[in-house]
Amino acid sequence: MSGGESSIVQFDNVGLRYGTDREVLSDISFTLYPGSFYFLTGASGAGKTSMLRLLYLAQRPSRGMIRMFEHDVITLPRARLPDFRRRIGVVFQDFRLVPHLSAFDNVALPLRVSGMSEREVRKPVADMLEWVGLDHRAEARPATLSGGEQQRVAIARAVIARPEVLVADEPTGNVDPEMAVKLLRLFEALNRLGTTVVVATHDVHLLRKVPDSLIMRLDKGRLSDPTGALRYPPRREANPA
Amino acid sequence: MIGRLFARMRSAGESARMLPQTRLAGPMPWVIAIMVALTVMAMAAGLALSNVASSARAEISGGLTVQVIEGAPAARERQVEAALRFLAERNDVADVARVPDAELAQLLEPWLGEQADEEDALVTPSLIDVQLTGAITAARLRSLRAELARVAPQARIEAQANWLAPVFDALRSMQLLAIGLVVLLAAITTAAVWLAARSALGSNRDTIEVIHHLGATDGQIANIFQRSIAIDAATGGVAGLMLGLTAILLLGRQFAALGSGLVAGGGLAMADWLIIGAVPLTALLLAMLTARLTVLFALRRIL
Repeated sequence: MSGGESSIVQFDNVGLRYGTDREVLSDISFTLYPGSFYFLTGASGAGKTSMLRLLYLAQRPSRGMIRMFEHDVITLPRARLPDFRRRIGVVFQDFRLVPHLSAFDNVALPLRVSGMSEREVRKPVADMLEWVGLDHRAEARPATLSGGEQQRVAIARAVIARPEVLVADEPTGNVDPEMAVKLLRLFEALNRLGTTVVVATHDVHLLRKVPDSLIMRLDKGRLSDPTGALRYPPRREANPA
Repeated sequence: MIGRLFARMRSAGESARMLPQTRLAGPMPWVIAIMVALTVMAMAAGLALSNVASSARAEISGGLTVQVIEGAPAARERQVEAALRFLAERNDVADVARVPDAELAQLLEPWLGEQADEEDALVTPSLIDVQLTGAITAARLRSLRAELARVAPQARIEAQANWLAPVFDALRSMQLLAIGLVVLLAAITTAAVWLAARSALGSNRDTIEVIHHLGATDGQIANIFQRSIAIDAATGGVAGLMLGLTAILLLGRQFAALGSGLVAGGGLAMADWLIIGAVPLTALLLAMLTARLTVLFALRRIL
């Protein structure tokens, strides 16, 4: 396997099945490098969400090997997984904001989880809300926010702790095209700061908006990689922060 | 130690901001209050019974009753005198005293009525109270019986502990019942907290999953539930203790009014009150531990 030394994520012959059903993902092999931007595409039911679940450590594969941050996460004890999860930001398809918490508290969650004090949390959360244009909605509960606003809170929550990997499941699925581009610019900005971004989408127009991105195409649970570029990508340096 | 405790409290406080601080279940403080009140009463009853038994045992330890069962008054008097002399001369007898006939008559009056005419009166045995030094053993009792029979053939000796053995057995049974009740109540409290924690886990499942995916440890999530149940248990515990103490004080007054020799030793000592005071604290710790373990076991099913 090439480039193992500096890769941030490595999948090797990964397969995933739920129960005794047939595999939803088969023979998935790829390598992600720090500071890269990936689109994960495929038709509905192709296995995008399952692959993202493997990426944000919500699921262990049925077979194969996954290395993240230079550790074999398959054999990693369960108690060590939270440390790894804190290095991954997730934007869920359905946002999954905590309904009882304000926008501010939702965005602050990853920082509080990592043990930061209330004093330390206040400024970065306020800055992040300003960055996504929601500083005036800081105290609003998710139920009172529009779909686009909820999406931006979800994204702010995913990136607040400056994750090394950002995983987003159809992050532009519920917003108008203008907002979709705006959100994509947020991901690009984060990517420029060194975060590896993986965005699952079936919006082909979106793919053209990020010229340097790589495309991972899933078809019926198999990763299409005709040139081998995903498995053996050319070495590249992380973007300067 | 204190530093660790404060750090833990601070960590619990910070974790608590992750989930809405609703109570685990609405009636939980009430359930805990009732359980604590019942436990306090059962515990007080058990301790009081234990005190009654200890005090009665101490009082009659080494105590003997000699009955001289002789129909003829003159012969009875002779044997009583002989028995008194014999017992008074022995080194192993700490105290010996005849129960006055008047006192005996007064004791028997409820059953035999007032016996004004001495000639028609029912013949009752004469009684001698004896206090031996040290504990009474079966061998000691046998030897004393044999020796006494030589000077007072109609004398019968009974250890006072034997008379009260059924009473002690009953007290022991009631003590065991009280212990059983306390254990049962603790089990019910544990089950109630377990159910409440499970239900709270179910209703907050989505939020817990999100927090889990954001990197929260099982301990952080368990802290949230532990804190919530601690508030409920503390509130319920204090209310239950007050309720239980009120019941104990009212019952204590009723028993004190009886003025019976048997229950006189049933008061509660300072150590007993401390044990009773520890009931809500124990309930609090039990509830917190149950909530924590329930949550930790449930979270193990999630990766």
